[in-house]
Amino acid sequence: MSQHAAHEPEKVDAATGQTIRSHEWDGITELNTPLPRWWINIFYATIIWSIGYWIVYPSWPLFSDYARGAFGYASRLEVQADLDGLKAVRAKQAAGLEKASLEDIAKNPDLRRVALAAGRTAFGDNCAPCHGQGGAGAPGYPNLNDDDWLWGGKLADIHLTLENGIRAAGNDKTRMGMMAAFGRDGVLKPDEVRMVSNHVRQLAQLPTEKTYDAAKGAAIFKEHCASCHGEDGKGSLEFGAPNLTDAIWLFGNGIEQIVETVTNGRQGVMPAWTGRLDPITIKALTVYVHSLGGGK
Amino acid sequence: MTNATATAKSIKAGEFTGIAIAALAAMLMLYITAGASDPGYAFHAFVGFAAAVAAVFGIGNRYFKRDPEPIPQEIDGKPNYNFGPVKFATLAALFWGVAGFTVGLVLALQLAFPVLNFDLPWTNFGRLRPLHTSAVIFAFGGNVLLATSFYVVQRTCRARLAGELSPWFVVLGYNLFIVIAGTGYLLGITQGKEYAEPEWYADLWLTIVWVVYLLVFLTTIWKRKEPHIYVANWFYLGFIVTIAVLHLGNNLTIPVSILSPKSYIVWSGVQDAMFQWWYGHNAVGFFLTAGFLAIMYYFVPKRADRPVYSYRLSIIHFWALIFLYIWAGPHHLHYTALPDWAQTLGMTFSVMLWMPSWGGMINGLMTLSGAWDKLRTDPILRMMVVSIAFYGMSTFEGPLMSIKAVNSLSHYTDWTIGHVHSGALGWVAYVSFGAIYCLVPWLWNRKEVYSLKLVNWHFWVSTLGIVFYISAMWVSGILQGLMWRAYTELGFLEYSFVETVEAMRPFYMIRALGGALFLAGSLIMIYNIWMTIARAEPSTEDSAAPAVGAVPAAA
Repeated sequence: MSQHAAHEPEKVDAATGQTIRSHEWDGITELNTPLPRWWINIFYATIIWSIGYWIVYPSWPLFSDYARGAFGYASRLEVQADLDGLKAVRAKQAAGLEKASLEDIAKNPDLRRVALAAGRTAFGDNCAPCHGQGGAGAPGYPNLNDDDWLWGGKLADIHLTLENGIRAAGNDKTRMGMMAAFGRDGVLKPDEVRMVSNHVRQLAQLPTEKTYDAAKGAAIFKEHCASCHGEDGKGSLEFGAPNLTDAIWLFGNGIEQIVETVTNGRQGVMPAWTGRLDPITIKALTVYVHSLGGGK
Repeated sequence: MTNATATAKSIKAGEFTGIAIAALAAMLMLYITAGASDPGYAFHAFVGFAAAVAAVFGIGNRYFKRDPEPIPQEIDGKPNYNFGPVKFATLAALFWGVAGFTVGLVLALQLAFPVLNFDLPWTNFGRLRPLHTSAVIFAFGGNVLLATSFYVVQRTCRARLAGELSPWFVVLGYNLFIVIAGTGYLLGITQGKEYAEPEWYADLWLTIVWVVYLLVFLTTIWKRKEPHIYVANWFYLGFIVTIAVLHLGNNLTIPVSILSPKSYIVWSGVQDAMFQWWYGHNAVGFFLTAGFLAIMYYFVPKRADRPVYSYRLSIIHFWALIFLYIWAGPHHLHYTALPDWAQTLGMTFSVMLWMPSWGGMINGLMTLSGAWDKLRTDPILRMMVVSIAFYGMSTFEGPLMSIKAVNSLSHYTDWTIGHVHSGALGWVAYVSFGAIYCLVPWLWNRKEVYSLKLVNWHFWVSTLGIVFYISAMWVSGILQGLMWRAYTELGFLEYSFVETVEAMRPFYMIRALGGALFLAGSLIMIYNIWMTIARAEPSTEDSAAPAVGAVPAAA
């Protein structure tokens, strides 16, 4: 290391006391400082630790195999053991859910606890994107916390809705209701749409527009709307027709929003969950949704 | 250069070949423009055509304007340094830096406020994300590396850069690659490999540029006037050679047709994943570490006016780093289909890499022995020292995160993003800023940057930004990891995915604030550099040879 320095006397750096090497590049020189002891020791320690790790765990590839490690560790075995443990815990609980009826699950505290836990997880991953994390809904996506139900709030109703969805393509048993596009299809003229929309607001005890003629509005409603929503506007669970007299509105209760609904119709959809989720999870979800506050 | 003995001007082989190749390339590009299967690809071919035509005119114009005699290698016994390409790459780095930081801020805001995706294909997160990463790593970082390597290799070899057209071809060609890559992402042209998104034709072009870069660098070293090769040049050479190998290995694709931008990689399945992360991790190791350590090895001793701490340490840590880094890639694929033995090797080599990485930190920090007082008065040196501290921190965090038990918590979480940015903002960007603040006065013959006070502002504003950024990502990442793995006593996941997303939101806002501060700091730098070039007091020294320690002690 010092053959170059041999040509000239070694200079010593005053600040560090180290000798300065004889080469210089663009004014930069280098000191002859030895390797820091702690640095080289930790470096050796990491190498020794690594060699130990190679002995214990699968490490170097060989010609037709690899060094398997002293204890036969494999990450697949590890994850399998974890999953098996989890499955065992869940299977015990699921067995109870599988056999029990929805009503029994809702009544039995132990089963109910399991169903709510399973249902909450499934709800978060599958339902929350539309209905919200707490089930509070959003415009076009029903609030599941209230007791206002489009297709029924009994356990069996919710179960059927979950299994088959709403207007779900390719499912024969899906919930099928049709709010027609009265304006777009030419059934009602624009002024008639406005008239009946005002009538809808009147049903909900909301203020109407000055031009509104109550008699005409009622007549249009009776002819075109009452068959599904009922003459009193209280809706029908059979057709999924909302109650128009309460303060709960899926698509808004402003006059322009109602005119839009009557003009172009509304057909919200929910997927059929049979086939996507296993029957036990759907049962748990049913009990969970029923428990959110509005179950009947 | 008396007229009596003036030699007749004749076209050089390089000029002739350059014009001929550019003319042929122009014709090929026109053919592809006309027949391209995809409008984005046609646009790229047209850009290629325009660049080739510009090259024909540029080289021709240069021929008509130049002296008949070749440019002298030395003037009055001093090397006649070629700083034109260095200046270009420095300014390009500043431009791409601000562009890349801005896109990063937009992305951070998109994560906190998804409405900012604007529902347009060109502005959605998926297309902007590679634009950000490529702009900061390859456009900003790449131009800093080009500028500093061309500067440092000349000064430490006491030799003019090899070739006259070649260095220009490297810097211009590299930036053409950046334009093609970046616009390609926005137009939806990508091969979907992280940090290697550009498609086959951009990759081929980069290969040509990179080989010329290697040749220019090697030839300059070859004709050096110094007996030994300075340590910074080892690191630059390690970076250039390894990046070439990585780029070729990870981009072995077969194009569908010369008229299509699409190609398919020859590797498949887990082999492809392994190649991708062998590439990806070593892009960090050799582009963002080795290359920027080279910058540290020149600019820190120069600015501090101190000898490098330990020659021996620089040798040992260089070879240890080069040898160990190349193995560490599999730690990106823990607990995946990658065989356990490969995961083990990736993890153990990452842990062994800890001290070799820290060798650079020790050599950088301890170079300040006897000059620590300068940190009080010189914000440029302070910036570089803080960058070394961040380097030390992230090269400790990296091996830690590569340990499988830690990785099972940290992987796929924001912790990784925080780790990357403590390295990217704290180390890579800061050492680059420091180098640029040194380099611009040297290149433009100025005594010092326009305002050290503004450098100080840049330092504090962006340091605050980095602290906001990385602490937000640590908290958010660890929270995320813990929420993902939390089970209830009944054996169900405690949190749904969307709940973990909701929990991240406040941290995403803090991160965006950190990014905004970092961007603000870089804008202060742009102003300062602009004023340095336009207004700062000229240096009284010969620009080609600034004395060591050009910084006044009380700067």
